[in-house]
Amino acid sequence: MSAIKIYVPNDSAARSVGADKVAAAIAAEAGRRGVAVDLIRNGTRGMLWLEPLVEVATEKGRVAYGPVAAADVGELFDAGFLLGAAHRLGHGLTDDIPWLKSQDRLIFARLGVTDPLDPDDYLAHGGLDGLRKALSMTDAQIVAEVADSGLRGRGGAGFPAGIKWKTVQEAKAPEKFVCCNADEGDSGTFADRMVMEDDPFLLIEGMTIAAIATGATQGYIYLRSEYPQAKEHLDKAIATANRLGWLGDSILGGAHAFHLEVRVGAGAYVCGEETAMLESLEGKRGIVRAKPPIPALVGLWNMPTLVNNVLTLASVPAILAKGAAFYKNFGVGRSLGTQAFQLAGNIKHGGLVEKAFGISLDELINGYGGGTYSGRPIRTVQMGGPLGSYIPPAHFHAAADYESLTAVGAIMGHGGIVVFDDTVDMAQMARFAMEFCAAESCGKCTPCRIGSTRGVEVIDHIVAGHKTAENLKLLDDLCEVMATGSLCAMGGMTPLPVRSAVTHFPEDFHKPATAARHVA
Amino acid sequence: MSTISAWDSAKASTIIDQFKSVRGGLLPALHALQHDFGYVDDSAIPLLAQAFNQSKADIYGVITYYHEFRRAKPGRHVITVCRAEACQSMGAERLLDDIKKRLKVDVGGKTADGQFSLEQVFCLGNCALSPAIQVDGAMHGRVTVDLIDDLCRELQA
Repeated sequence: MSAIKIYVPNDSAARSVGADKVAAAIAAEAGRRGVAVDLIRNGTRGMLWLEPLVEVATEKGRVAYGPVAAADVGELFDAGFLLGAAHRLGHGLTDDIPWLKSQDRLIFARLGVTDPLDPDDYLAHGGLDGLRKALSMTDAQIVAEVADSGLRGRGGAGFPAGIKWKTVQEAKAPEKFVCCNADEGDSGTFADRMVMEDDPFLLIEGMTIAAIATGATQGYIYLRSEYPQAKEHLDKAIATANRLGWLGDSILGGAHAFHLEVRVGAGAYVCGEETAMLESLEGKRGIVRAKPPIPALVGLWNMPTLVNNVLTLASVPAILAKGAAFYKNFGVGRSLGTQAFQLAGNIKHGGLVEKAFGISLDELINGYGGGTYSGRPIRTVQMGGPLGSYIPPAHFHAAADYESLTAVGAIMGHGGIVVFDDTVDMAQMARFAMEFCAAESCGKCTPCRIGSTRGVEVIDHIVAGHKTAENLKLLDDLCEVMATGSLCAMGGMTPLPVRSAVTHFPEDFHKPATAARHVA
Repeated sequence: MSTISAWDSAKASTIIDQFKSVRGGLLPALHALQHDFGYVDDSAIPLLAQAFNQSKADIYGVITYYHEFRRAKPGRHVITVCRAEACQSMGAERLLDDIKKRLKVDVGGKTADGQFSLEQVFCLGNCALSPAIQVDGAMHGRVTVDLIDDLCRELQA
């Protein structure tokens, strides 16, 4: 009998709850029992509440068990999990788990299925189909395909990718760049990390297609330093891709050259803003540049530069391989394709839900998410990161697409949804939004740099009950100045969480006066 | 973290030399210095200024702009606690307070015995398994104060 394949994720979220210990325990137990097992460290399936999720390959398919602790391993062997037997931690066939089965895994089709660093596994599951298609097309045809798909930037701004690509493609310059913004700093988001740790060849393929389409020869992945495992996997995957001719002087033996390198940030949230990111890549302080000129024309070292988020670039191979018409079958209105929704915070079933745009927030939060982890009622969710609005349950009927969210005063952002139960103090969250902005502001423009500090102070006065009505008005004025006068989204969107907290949860801002404080 | 060595200007110069012809090489050079020494000593500033043909003020500006670059030697082990919203929704602020009390150290400081540095971060990307921390770069999820005690014991053993 050949060795039984057992999968234990090597994703850092799975490892954060003990996947390495589980893998070691399985290897040891198999050794003790004299059973031949082939232990594969795959990516995560994205069902993070079930991590560490162990899968066993059986004749019927892969059978899932989770969350498995190292102490459960002996018991699993006793129960016959190597043959896919039933167990209290068992979930049957992984592909049949409704949470996973009902998703639209276009971009994350390989997530958790493959060994992230095995190029043969990548090829066996549709890898390079998009790149091969691109190589059979002209650069203008590739750009037209991306434009026709309706793909919008997944970093948060939702700008049509095709327009950006066309601008870079048509620019004339001695050198052009493709830069992947992998500075995923928004709380509640981890989909970029999953792409880079669990399917790094996908990002390499997407960037290579972008380079061929725009005429760029050098690419950089600007990765946040908080993701050491993503760095390790990307570096290894890039080395493999160079060795196999997927990158380098002659892509797949053709006329295109493209070189790719990972550059690591250093803990500055604002470097997720594209012009600050370019400054940082140039080795400078990550200070925001005024636009225009736009980076597509005057970008890295003043050359035309395509800047896209990880998920935008990761969407491209599927669009090329399957065609724009297939891709835009998913989604609604001007929000086409799929979105990687990330369920986070105080949530029972947290993880990655890739679905067509248009699913309701309620389906995501209460359906997939299953409500709070604490079991208490949901008070609010924050969508789109620290610069996103707090949304009350009364708005959970809203569809998760760009336009419908805007209609209820919210944003899509990077697709992260952070759930809070009824113990949250919304005045504290509003204060935190200002505190975060003060800590992370690049300092170039006054509304953001000074406004955020004044914002913390004003909220402190409100919370202390001093001249509440006047100070709430002052806070609103301040938000107006920040929203309209800031150079970038850092100061410009910090008012969203602040104002939405005041609007939807006014009771948290009206507290009896405390005696000990002086009034401004 | 246990592999970091004492500051050595000659070794620092060798490291910096590897990056001086790299485009935008200053940040990679700073990361390499911090990787080897645990921090970037002020005596590196003139070396970097010369290698990258920038003023010392420029270099100082870059080092101090980024939260991650340290200007003093950290503890043997670095505990980084996430304070972003997702972790807050799962009690990260209380967890941070508990850690401060256990280790008798404030954010940005190190314990009296030099064993642990405590740092804060806004998001580690483990938001479905909050609260999250990193210990010497390794991520931990669903963190409780008991788990921190266990980790500290393991590291000191």
